[in-house]
Amino acid sequence: MTEQLRPDQGRMDYLDGNVLAGPMRDVFAVDLTTATGRCASCGQTSPMAGLRVYSNAPGVVARCPACEEVMLRLVRTPTSAWLDLRGSTFVQIPMPAEPAMMPGPTAM
Amino acid sequence: MGIVSPGFQGRRRPSGPNLPPGQYLTEDWPVLSAGPTPRVPLTDWEFVITTESGSEVRWSWDEMWALPNETPTVDIHCVTHWSKLGTNWQGVSLDTLLDGVDTTADYALVHSYGGYTTNLPLHDLRDGRAWVVHRYDGADLPAEHGGPARLLVPHLYFWKSAKWVRGIRLGLTDEPGFWETAGYHDYGDPWREQRYQGD
Ligand SMILES: [Zn+2]
Repeated sequence: MTEQLRPDQGRMDYLDGNVLAGPMRDVFAVDLTTATGRCASCGQTSPMAGLRVYSNAPGVVARCPACEEVMLRLVRTPTSAWLDLRGSTFVQIPMPAEPAMMPGPTAM
Repeated sequence: MGIVSPGFQGRRRPSGPNLPPGQYLTEDWPVLSAGPTPRVPLTDWEFVITTESGSEVRWSWDEMWALPNETPTVDIHCVTHWSKLGTNWQGVSLDTLLDGVDTTADYALVHSYGGYTTNLPLHDLRDGRAWVVHRYDGADLPAEHGGPARLLVPHLYFWKSAKWVRGIRLGLTDEPGFWETAGYHDYGDPWREQRYQGD
């Protein structure tokens, strides 16, 4: 985790989005470190690593770097994970290239 | 332990008779926060109670603390497993603030500067069990702990004691707040260990 200084008030109070990789890997089988998401509040698209993460909390809260609104909340209970993405209009996840597409739909 | 698992990682002591199940005693005071700390100038600060009919009662900073103050000494219990006993506060009882507010609401949604929300039955704000506090241990409440003023509802898990409190909306229906919509218990009684939905 990187420590950075924020110009206005000394040590920053959040972590960078790279810390999401571990807990998100517990939920999704894909690596989300290179995923991007669009903020439902201001519309900015950000890489997950660019989100501001607050984890000294009952769950993990990731906020938009532009407007500071919540884009992702993840709560881990003993028996389940609660993922709330209402603050993101999409999450784009880079995937391996698909095998060659079939030429048109196949009749059933 | 991953960053998602809520768990206080300070020095742990065994539970005692004053500790709810699953809690550990701490002498320091961990700072929990789901976002940046709002900085609210006292000249702009206000506290507002909104009733189910939409009428509002407002207090400025000076009006609020001109009301009769109380100095509760209470135990606080965080859902991340730490408890702190015998904490000293100064503030105004919700009984005082709700006195004269015309409502038949059953539920309260507390909202804060910075956007945080938490819900609880209105009944739990009454009968000397809840305060808006602005001082802790004889000093102004630090911003990282919710200053200039926070809610204090010590008989429920501490996420219900909203930091940077701005107001309360009274309603006829229950509206889950920030953590209550993300897996945490709607009520949050530490003595019944109501941490998560289904507990
Ligand atoms: Zn945004």
